[in-house]
Amino acid sequence: MHEIENHYLLSKGLHLNYSIITDMIDSGSNVLDLGCGDGSLMKMLKDKGVFVSGIDINEDNIVKCLEKGLSVIQGNIDKGLHEYPDNSYDYVILNQTLQSTEKPNYVIKEMLRVGKKIVVSFPNFAYWRIRFYLLLNGKMPKSNILPFEWFNTPNIHLLTIKDFFDFAKKHNFKIEQKILMTRAKIKNDFLHKKFNNLLTEEVMFVCSQK
Amino acid sequence: MHIVETKYFKINEPISLESGRELKNVEVAYETYGELNKDCDNAILLLHALTGDAHAAGYHEGDKKPGWWDDMVGSGKAFDTDKYFVICSNMLGGCKGTTGPNSINPDTGKEYGLTFPVITIEDVVRVQKKLIDFLGVKKLTVAGGSMGGMQALEWALAYPDMVSHVIVIASTPRLSAQSIAFNAVGRNAILSDPNFNNGDYYHGEKPEKGLAIARMVGHITYLCEEAMHEKFARRFQDKDSPNFNFDIDFEVESYLAHQGQTFVDRFDANSYLYITKAVDYFDIAKKYGSLEKAFENTKSKYLVISFSSDWLFPSAQSMELVNALMKNKKDVSYCEIQSPCGHDAFLLEYETQTKIIRSFLCTK
Repeated sequence: MHEIENHYLLSKGLHLNYSIITDMIDSGSNVLDLGCGDGSLMKMLKDKGVFVSGIDINEDNIVKCLEKGLSVIQGNIDKGLHEYPDNSYDYVILNQTLQSTEKPNYVIKEMLRVGKKIVVSFPNFAYWRIRFYLLLNGKMPKSNILPFEWFNTPNIHLLTIKDFFDFAKKHNFKIEQKILMTRAKIKNDFLHKKFNNLLTEEVMFVCSQK
Repeated sequence: MHIVETKYFKINEPISLESGRELKNVEVAYETYGELNKDCDNAILLLHALTGDAHAAGYHEGDKKPGWWDDMVGSGKAFDTDKYFVICSNMLGGCKGTTGPNSINPDTGKEYGLTFPVITIEDVVRVQKKLIDFLGVKKLTVAGGSMGGMQALEWALAYPDMVSHVIVIASTPRLSAQSIAFNAVGRNAILSDPNFNNGDYYHGEKPEKGLAIARMVGHITYLCEEAMHEKFARRFQDKDSPNFNFDIDFEVESYLAHQGQTFVDRFDANSYLYITKAVDYFDIAKKYGSLEKAFENTKSKYLVISFSSDWLFPSAQSMELVNALMKNKKDVSYCEIQSPCGHDAFLLEYETQTKIIRSFLCTK
C-alpha cells in the first residue's frame, strides 16, 4: 500500500513538474531538455508549440523519444555542451537530474552559457522528513522521490535549498524564481516561504546570468 | 522474404556529370520490396556502401544467401515492407548491373575501362533521382550506411522538397585524411598490379592481386582492434606453431586472404578505383562553404547513428554533422550504439538499429 502511494506521489510529482515547466514556457521558444528521459516533458512542450530537443545518455530513452517523434541527441551532459553556441536556447532545462550529475557546477555553468534562462529542479535534502529519517533511523534517507539504496542511487550530489542559494551567490548568477513543492503540490503559504528549507520536499529554480 | 529479382531501368537522356563530361545510355539495376501507396509517399531508398549492390533483401532464385541488408528489410523489420515501398539500386560506377567502367561504351563498342568519366557522389545521386522519378515516387526517406550515408546526405541537400526523412549510419559529411589514405593504398595496389594494363583487362588476366590487397586493407579498416582480438587473437591457422616461411601463419592472415580472394570473384578493380575516388572527393563543407551553410535550406528530419568502436567513420564525425544540423535548428536525432564490431557494426548490429530506426520512422 505504502509503495503504491509512493509511486502515485512520484508520478504525480513528475507530472506537476512537467505542468509547471510547460505553463512557464511560451510557444515558439527554443528549449533544450538535459537528461530528457523518455521525452514526456518534451512531448508536452512540443504539443504546446515549443521547439524542443533533448539530450539523454540512455539508449532506451532515445528510442522512447524517437517513438514520440521528438528530436533527441545521445550524449553525456557531464561532458558539457560545447557544441552549443552561447545563448542559443531560450530555456535549458535540468529537471530532477542535477543531483545525478558528476559535475553539477560545470553542468550549471554550461547551462547558463547556452540558455538565456535555465530551469533546475531537485529534491531538497533538508526536507524535515528526510532529516527525521536520518535522525531516527540512522540510515541513508529514502522517500518517494529518493527511493534508492545508498549503494545504487544515481543521486550522487544531493543538496538543499540553502546550498543552492549559496551556490548561486558564489557563482554569481541570478535566481529569478523559485517554486516550492511538497507532496506533489505547489506551496505558497507563509510557513513554506518562511521555512522553505525545512518544509519543502522539492524545489524548482529559474535562473539566469547576471 | 521470398524470391526477388533485379530489374533494369534505362535512362534515355544523357547524364551530365560534375566533371563536365556526359554519360549516355546509362542503365540502372534496382530491386523493390513492398508496394508504393496511392499518394506515392511511402518510399524508402536504401543506399549501399562501397561494394554493395541492388540486392538488399530477399533471395535470388537458387541463392542460399539473402541480400546484404536482409536483416533490416522485410515484413516487420526496420524497413518494414508491409508499410513502405523499399527501393535499392546499384550505384553509378558500380559493377553490379548499373553502368560503370565494365559496361560497354556505346561509342566504341568496347568496355569503358579508364575512359569511364570520374564520378562523384552527386552524380551517383543524380542517377538515382532518375530512377525514383521513373518509379513515380513523390516523397521518400533515404537511408544508408558508410558511403550510403553520404548519398543520403546528398539527397537531402539536392532534393530538399522530396526527402522527408534522412537516416545516416556510420557515415560522415567528409572523409578524414586517414580514411583517404587507406583508399589510396587500395588504389595503388590495383594500379601497380602487372595485369592492370591501364584498366583494359576485361579480355585477359585481371588485376586480382591488386584488388585482393585493396580489399584486405579495406577489411582491416572495417574491423577494430577489439573485434580482431575477439575474432583471431594471435591464433595460428590450423596449427600450433609457426611455419618459418612467408605462407599464412596466423588466423588473421588467413581471414584477410580469404576476404581478398572472394572479393576478386565478385568485384571489378576499375569500379573500386572510381568508387573510392568518389568517396574521397565528397566534402559538403567545402562545397557549401561550411557544414552549417550546407544544411540551411534542407527540410528533412534526420537520424544519425554511429558506432562506438568505428574508427573509420568515427562518432566524432557524426557529431560534427549533428552539430551543424542543430545549429540550423533542424530536426535531428543522434544515437551512438555501443558495439565492439568497428565500422562493420552497421551491417551486424541490426537489433539495436531496428529499434531505433523503427521508432524514428513510426511517426512518419
